[in-house]
Amino acid sequence: MEIVIRAENLRKQFGDVQALKGISFSIARGHCFGFLGHNGAGKSTTMRMLYGLSTVDHGYLQLLGEQVKLTPPHLKRRLGVVPQEDNLDPELSVMENLQVYGGFFGLSYRQARERGRELLDFMGLSGKENANVEKLSGGLKRRLVIARALINRPSIVILDEPTTGLDPQARRLVWQKLRTLKAGGVTLVLTTHYMEEAAQLCDELVIMHEGEVLAEGSPAALVTRHVQPYVIEVHLPREQIPPDIVEKAAAFGGEAEQMAHALFLFSKDGKKLWQSLAELGLPQHACYLRGAHLEDVYLKLTGRGDNLI
Amino acid sequence: MMAWYAFKRHLTVFRRTWWSNVAFNFIEPFLYLSALGIGLGAFIPQIDGISYIQFIAPGMAAAAGMWAATFECTYATFIRLHYQKSFHAMLAAPGTVAEAVTGDILFGALKSMLFGLVILIVIGLWGQIQSPWAGLIPLFLLLPGTVFSLLALAYTGITPHIDYLGYYVTLFITPLYLFAGIFFPVSSMPAWVQYLAWVNPLYHSVEVCRALVLGNIYAALWLHVAILLAYTVCLGWLPAYLFRKRLIT
Repeated sequence: MEIVIRAENLRKQFGDVQALKGISFSIARGHCFGFLGHNGAGKSTTMRMLYGLSTVDHGYLQLLGEQVKLTPPHLKRRLGVVPQEDNLDPELSVMENLQVYGGFFGLSYRQARERGRELLDFMGLSGKENANVEKLSGGLKRRLVIARALINRPSIVILDEPTTGLDPQARRLVWQKLRTLKAGGVTLVLTTHYMEEAAQLCDELVIMHEGEVLAEGSPAALVTRHVQPYVIEVHLPREQIPPDIVEKAAAFGGEAEQMAHALFLFSKDGKKLWQSLAELGLPQHACYLRGAHLEDVYLKLTGRGDNLI
Repeated sequence: MMAWYAFKRHLTVFRRTWWSNVAFNFIEPFLYLSALGIGLGAFIPQIDGISYIQFIAPGMAAAAGMWAATFECTYATFIRLHYQKSFHAMLAAPGTVAEAVTGDILFGALKSMLFGLVILIVIGLWGQIQSPWAGLIPLFLLLPGTVFSLLALAYTGITPHIDYLGYYVTLFITPLYLFAGIFFPVSSMPAWVQYLAWVNPLYHSVEVCRALVLGNIYAALWLHVAILLAYTVCLGWLPAYLFRKRLIT
């Protein structure tokens, strides 16, 4: 497996704030690699380092076989970037946006128009060529930004929160397009705070929190490694939860976790625990049994410090 | 190359908006020339041997160049930098900060030329162009246009909020405008103001424009050109440096 991006012990300091506290990761060609974490976790700082808006001051970053301090133009030529904030030219039409951006890569406006047509088609924007960018919906704008990022036929596409603020249909459409890109051999690097997005798209991901990588692996491996297969969510206010719930749950093979100020009971045998709810002093109607997923891993790993039990 | 691509981008946008942009600029010199040239000029017999309207008309072209570069490289640049994030888009493409900034300087200089040309046409129609040398003015205005673009970009580079741009215009550009020898000869001012005028890039631009309009060509004009060139060389690095500090973290 060819590694296209390798980072070792990246650190970044902004004044008193340590945005990255020594993170390491490697991304294989053709994979979709995710950075999962909430705002301020250091995801965007990492992305900015990859696409040349931030310098590598401490640690080592290798991009497409070259060590990088500030990503140089000849490497940026091979990247596609979908920034967190849409930065389209509002005065220009959809096609003009693609032409101007293609122009930045040295494409003639005619070449950019041809590629632009294909890309608009690919992103489901055909017929919008002459539309005013300002009048597009958030979802259409986002799709246009993705189309624009592909104008130079990049081998790596960096997507900083590609679907934040999109409705469910638009989000799924973007996912579908990203899968198609990946199938075509493009390496995807994406940040998100949507667990579902990470679970659906990523081959590998890291969970970041306050500038550190807490865990890494495939979504399924992370779930197996960090939580038990079943979980019961308890939708009760804290006062109504028996104070000795940790011990009680343990007696029935359950593991009580307080995450994001709510109670979760993890278990290898979800059914058995579910049948014991009455003995735990929890009303069944306020509980919900489901298989564990990535969000549980995320909450468990990042929620440390606000345990209330 | 990115500087050229960035410049091309600005031209593409300008093509969309040039009519409203330029048409507006026809009006202002008309107002000034009528109010000052005719109104105030009625009380002023002659300055340096020419009528008052003849005296101020060439300065209008020089000033228009300054204002065009100034507004382009303050408000328009700041909007691209802060709100539209156009610089970020360019930097995600193969280019450096210096190249993206150079695109803005080129465009600021071009706008200086275009807006100066508009005024030149107005004063030409008014019958205030005495010499074919005036045809050099648009080309010449690229030079002060570059200086004013550099100055404006340097200020924009350190501006935290769009509201602060007004200070630059009011406290810096307006004084340059009023004490550049457009409305009255600098020689009528106290000696220390005359020294200050030599620091004012617009003064040099006005002197050259007036000489070209009147066909009053003399060797010392090169001195004005040399000072503007010196400004360009000395300030050339500054905007890119400040923008880099701001954009690359």
